[in-house]
Amino acid sequence: MLIKRATDQIPSSEITPESVYMDRRQFIGRFGVGAAAMAAGAPFVGATTRSGILPPTRGRQDDELTSYEAITSYNNFYEFGVDKEDPARYAQNFKTTPWTVRVDGHVEKPGTYDLPDLLAPFTPEERVYRLRCVEAWSMVIPWQGVPLRDIINHLQPTSAARYVYFETLVDPEQMMGQRSRILEWPYREGLRMDEAMNPLTLVAVGIYGRPLLGQNGPPIRLVVPWKYGFKSIKSIVRISFVDREPQTTWNMMAPNEYGFYANVNPEVDHPRWSQARERRIGELRRRPTLMFNGYGDQVAGMYSGMDLRRNY
Amino acid sequence: MTQVVSDAPPDPRPSKPRRKPAARLPLARIAGVLAFLPLANIAFDAATGGLGVEPVETLVRRTGWWALTLLVVTLAVTPVRRLSGWNRLIQIRRPVGVIAFVYAVVHFSIYISLEQWFALSYIIEDILERPFITAGFLALCLLTPLAATSTRSSIRKLGGKRWQRLHRLIYPASLLAVLHYFWLVKADTRPPLLYAAIVITLLLLRVKLPSRAGDVSKRSKAEPAASRS
Repeated sequence: MLIKRATDQIPSSEITPESVYMDRRQFIGRFGVGAAAMAAGAPFVGATTRSGILPPTRGRQDDELTSYEAITSYNNFYEFGVDKEDPARYAQNFKTTPWTVRVDGHVEKPGTYDLPDLLAPFTPEERVYRLRCVEAWSMVIPWQGVPLRDIINHLQPTSAARYVYFETLVDPEQMMGQRSRILEWPYREGLRMDEAMNPLTLVAVGIYGRPLLGQNGPPIRLVVPWKYGFKSIKSIVRISFVDREPQTTWNMMAPNEYGFYANVNPEVDHPRWSQARERRIGELRRRPTLMFNGYGDQVAGMYSGMDLRRNY
Repeated sequence: MTQVVSDAPPDPRPSKPRRKPAARLPLARIAGVLAFLPLANIAFDAATGGLGVEPVETLVRRTGWWALTLLVVTLAVTPVRRLSGWNRLIQIRRPVGVIAFVYAVVHFSIYISLEQWFALSYIIEDILERPFITAGFLALCLLTPLAATSTRSSIRKLGGKRWQRLHRLIYPASLLAVLHYFWLVKADTRPPLLYAAIVITLLLLRVKLPSRAGDVSKRSKAEPAASRS
């Protein structure tokens, strides 16, 4: 299975170099991971996947983990600049403590949560997901995080909540990209409630067993593996439960190019380029793109009866 | 503007090889070497793994950026020459233009090979259906006859006037190259807009600074000078 292969391939020294080890302990500690696990020295990676919601491994058998270096040096995070190298360069000192998340809308437990409080009830787990960017490149990333649905269940949205809406931090002091209006800040994203409740949808806090670096959207970000990467909003400060389809950044920017759904679909091209193939970072040749990024078994049912050409 | 200063080049027709041997910078050669330096730098980065985690994209971007930039330099020669009166500058026009074409060819070759792996159906689909690729491809097509007629003998064969008329294809080619850049950008259109502004300014300067009577013929004769050195 993917996870097993992943841990086989990556020497543990690479996953948790000594210098990072202390960070990792703090990281886990912040989460309230059981003392037993800590005492046993269980590595964070792959330690706590719950049964029943194992990451899907269907699709290609040749999914190798993308290197940590690539994942942390090739990023789209326009808050820190538009070039792929900009986030790694300009997000180095991105300060993410303290961090609060505002929860509002149709929900029983609204409020402004300190991040550790919001995450305290949960045990982080590992998910190895393919990430397909709308620009036709892809990666395979070992995330650590909490299923969004666990957090949602904890917050108890009311029956009026039909969509979940997210916002990224606005802080031009730190996020130099926000000093110009390349996009309309804050960055916003949203999911239909059933998408948000899908077991695949993850709120990630780490990659390769380490806390997210500035360029990867710390301290918490969304990961929606069957949708183009821009749906996986970074550095979330607001979670709103709303009753109608929220506005989302790229859809506002170019509605003919980026839809609300943004499901990975090799048959519906971007107006300016083909989505039929993708380049896996680290590989030279392009490979075919899979419907729903290969997660069709888990998600296709949510879209039955929908015209995916119109609801791109 | 276009007055011949005392140390301006003598009429440099091949029949008169009489030139002051010293005190003349070999402008064409210097420009040629300078224009090839970025390519050497790109090759060095490619050989030493310095192209980042997505090397193909980096190769395509960098070669494309230099092709466009050198096209702009080529376009700038005539306005700068006329505004400054530094007539010898004309010598760099042809070599830089040819090297711009070299970058464009490398750019396209990387797209064909490393980007598409010679999958003809994808390449044709791209050229026909993706406007930004259509524009880039057309620009390359327009530049090809210019590169092909960049030798001294071509100039002689075509005659200065016809040669010049043909080489005005660089105007639409530059506009298409800018469009190619503009259409591929996702959100930050400022860099391509800057290029568009520069190219349009350089083209407008040609209208604003009409060549004086006799200038055209002078230039058509002067053109072979660029092939010296």
